[in-house]
Amino acid sequence: MDALQQLLKTFFDWQAMGGVIPQMLTVGLPNTLILAVSSAVLGCILGLVLAVMGISRNPIPRWIARIYTDIFRGLPAILTILLIGLGFGPVIRILTGSTNPFPLGIAALTLMAAAYIGEIFRSGIQSVDRGQLEASRALGFSYTSSMILVVIPQGIRRVLPALVNQLIALIKDSSLIYLLGLLSSQREIFRIGNDAAANTGNLSPLVAAGVLYLVLTIPLTHLVNFMDKRMREGKRAKIEPDEVAAVVGKGA
Amino acid sequence: MSEFKSGSLTARNIHLAFGSNKVLRGIDLHVPRGTTASVIGPSGSGKSTLLRVMNRLIEPDAGDILLDERSVLADNPDELRRRIGMVFQQFNLFPHKTVADNVALALNKLRKLPKDQARAKALEQLDMVGLKHKADARPGNLSGGQQQRVAIARALAMEPEVMFFDEATSALDPELVKGILALMTDLSKGGMTMVVVTHEMGFCRNVSDTVTFMDGGVVVETGPPDELFSAPKTERLKGFLSDVL
Repeated sequence: MDALQQLLKTFFDWQAMGGVIPQMLTVGLPNTLILAVSSAVLGCILGLVLAVMGISRNPIPRWIARIYTDIFRGLPAILTILLIGLGFGPVIRILTGSTNPFPLGIAALTLMAAAYIGEIFRSGIQSVDRGQLEASRALGFSYTSSMILVVIPQGIRRVLPALVNQLIALIKDSSLIYLLGLLSSQREIFRIGNDAAANTGNLSPLVAAGVLYLVLTIPLTHLVNFMDKRMREGKRAKIEPDEVAAVVGKGA
Repeated sequence: MSEFKSGSLTARNIHLAFGSNKVLRGIDLHVPRGTTASVIGPSGSGKSTLLRVMNRLIEPDAGDILLDERSVLADNPDELRRRIGMVFQQFNLFPHKTVADNVALALNKLRKLPKDQARAKALEQLDMVGLKHKADARPGNLSGGQQQRVAIARALAMEPEVMFFDEATSALDPELVKGILALMTDLSKGGMTMVVVTHEMGFCRNVSDTVTFMDGGVVVETGPPDELFSAPKTERLKGFLSDVL
């Protein structure tokens, strides 16, 4: 019984949890969301650029996109964050006088996310039937207009579930930003839990952090499943017979 | 229905190769204004490629293309394609846009009509093919025949001088084919200049002014349908006709 009591106290000390939750919600949650959402948005923009470069008929942009993707998809997140954050930190401080690690943290997360998002967009765009580009060009649209108006919108729609997965990954990876050194007000969910755990010698604040991450990510996971299912089965479409053709067919 | 501002179309000595594969080997085709030319031939004979070369979706290696007796090879290909409508075997409607938006898109973005005017013209065009009531549906909710009607409306909305049909009925269920052929017949009778790549021998014989038989990237025979169908001169055409008729 003692062992069970011990475990419960280690992981589910309600008092230790209660103490840390207000700060987690008012400080940690907004910071985590700022990191994850802004790097997701920037990652999408950079990812789209990489995707378009990746399908270019010109080999130079294609190779640049390839090399970029290989590097940033192949490095551990922690290494990229440390190299970017610590490496460029002093430069930023000299240029702007700012010691805020958020811009560089967001930059590192963006660079990594863009490598994945670029591949997601590229596969989506390439999965669009060639006839779409052909039909658009046959109407008189240029290659660029055809891509912007017809091909890319369809490609992006198909990969929305994969993009949401990427947002989930960013929410989790944003916890690594603590490595760059955060002021009290800059801490995100994990760091607040970790600090409290270190101070109290009890893991319950980390469990609280875990629960908060799950509150963010599980609905997104189910959103992905829903979108996937919707795309596979489609909105129930009612196909009516071609009345005009049927009439012609009957008469003849 | 003779509101079309049709033009004549001429292809002269068109050559095209993909690597060592010579797809078109000196094709000549003349389609006088307001007439319908059918192009027939076995698959792989270069018929569909010829259409794509004539609107410069694919640039020819050699030869000339004339619209209304004027060479268009030096023009901007995007502008040339606005003058030539094209209908595809697989319809190729834009699935992420409504039926009306499919028709209005080029009017708005290329003809620079304001959105409401583009939509009004799109509805007019849809009315002509009997699908105005489907204006706000998605293409995916239409039957194949309806989708092909929308594709025809989309091409006609740009007021093309020539219309290309690339096996426009091949992907349709048999009972839907007649409706599309009837619509194409109306266009032909209305004075549209048309180049029709097709396997519908009935349409070739009854509607088109000339029939061109292609095989192996060359024009084997060309002439009025009566002549070609009742008195084929070459063994290749005789063989083809006996296969398809």
